[in-house]
Amino acid sequence: MKTWKELTPGCVVTEPGGSTKFKTGSWRTFRPRWIPENCIQCLFCWIYCPDMAIKVKDGKREEFDYDFCKGCGICARECPGKKGQKAIVMEEEGK
Amino acid sequence: MAKVVAVTGNEAVANALRQVEPDVCAAYPITPQTDLMQRFSAFVSDGKVKTELILVESEHSAMSACVGAAAGGGRVVTATSSQGLALMWEILFIAAGMHLPIIMPVVNRALSAPLNIHGDHSDAMGARDSGWIQLWSENAQEAYDNTIQAFRIGEAPEVRLPVMVCMDGFIISHSIERVEYLEDEEVKKFVGEYRPVNPLLDVEHPVSYGPLILPDLYMEYKRLQHEIIWNRVKPVVLQVAEEFYKLSGRRYGLFEAYRLDDAEIAMVILNSAAGTAKDVVDDMRNRGIRAGLLKPRLFRPFPYEEVSQALRHLKAVAVLDRADSFGAYGPLFTEIASSLYPYKDRPVLINKIYGLGGRDFMPEDAEKVFLELQDIATTGKVKSIKQYITVRE
Ligand code: SF4
Ligand code: SF4
Repeated sequence: MKTWKELTPGCVVTEPGGSTKFKTGSWRTFRPRWIPENCIQCLFCWIYCPDMAIKVKDGKREEFDYDFCKGCGICARECPGKKGQKAIVMEEEGK
Repeated sequence: MAKVVAVTGNEAVANALRQVEPDVCAAYPITPQTDLMQRFSAFVSDGKVKTELILVESEHSAMSACVGAAAGGGRVVTATSSQGLALMWEILFIAAGMHLPIIMPVVNRALSAPLNIHGDHSDAMGARDSGWIQLWSENAQEAYDNTIQAFRIGEAPEVRLPVMVCMDGFIISHSIERVEYLEDEEVKKFVGEYRPVNPLLDVEHPVSYGPLILPDLYMEYKRLQHEIIWNRVKPVVLQVAEEFYKLSGRRYGLFEAYRLDDAEIAMVILNSAAGTAKDVVDDMRNRGIRAGLLKPRLFRPFPYEEVSQALRHLKAVAVLDRADSFGAYGPLFTEIASSLYPYKDRPVLINKIYGLGGRDFMPEDAEKVFLELQDIATTGKVKSIKQYITVRE
């Protein structure tokens, strides 16, 4: 850890993209679980996630990025799923 | 070549701001500052300065806009009084914590309730722990000179902190006095071109302001902030004062010591009332009483060491506060007491609260204090440490 002598006055962050180093996933009490067989790849979850915790590659949804997912549950709420079956469910952490 | 004019304190400070011509000014009107900013806005609308004037809906917004503009990389000013300063309170700490050298004349006025528009120091004293540098001014000339010097002090690379320049509401802000103006070019040259540090608008070098800092680093940032204001400001204030003396012929220090060297008793007093009290010091001297006076100029950071050296030899000192800390001694008194405490030989101290809400402070009020000090110096007896004066009992 840095001492006070090594800091930039005014807590100015002079290096871009620093937020990727600050992992916020540990704040989570509920964990979203993806059920790929119910997923229609609409990417609503990707749009609605207030962080960037839904990984997308070549236009396709991939696993959650649990380093940054705070478990807010927005993705699970917005997920239309397939035939009334949600493709995201929230489960309590540690259960 | 200096120009001698007859102007009010507000006019003098508005003129100093015109001469500096900052990049941005965000302000909201409040008595007795209104007339200062009105004059400055007139300079903007008359095309005398190219300053971007942002008219906002409150002082909270004014200071917020100043923080944004200063983080963006501009030289930024505002001005306020009383409730306006109180409304800025939250953002004052942000401006200082982010090390943004915003310059703000504060036209000192009482705080509500009861509602009062006249001069006392409650506003700026309430903001003394916000991390801002504070310069206090006895008269319009000092307010003008301090405003110009404030830019150099706050913007010094080793400092980079916001500065309040305090002057008494109405007594100074609205009274016409003799003031010597510097030439526009002299002021421009003295303050120099503004050099921003880590400006947000430098898109080639992206930076972030205002990150969340948790217990693992918060204290280190506060330690750094303390170090900068505690150790780096005083030398800069003195160096800038020296350069300003060469330019103007007017000398400034951390405080003014008036007939203190051979004094036995003294008064410590801020701003305009010090002018009245100095007259009374002369009067006392003529009557064979060895009185003196200390008028602080730099109140934050407080120059404990230097003040104690100037006061240690005295027998009795009265600290006069034009603001109260309810349920405690006056704010100036506690600083003077702290500066003298480390020494075994120190004067007896008393605290007088005077002049709240613009109540007059007359020569006879100062005289009474000096006579009481004289009495304490001979008998060693103190009736009460803290007492309200200029009040009906
Ligand atoms: S739970 Fe919230 S944070 Fe986590 S992926 Fe879903 S929307 Fe994003
Ligand atoms: S919102 Fe649901 S269905 Fe749509 S992509 Fe995300 S997980 Fe799949």
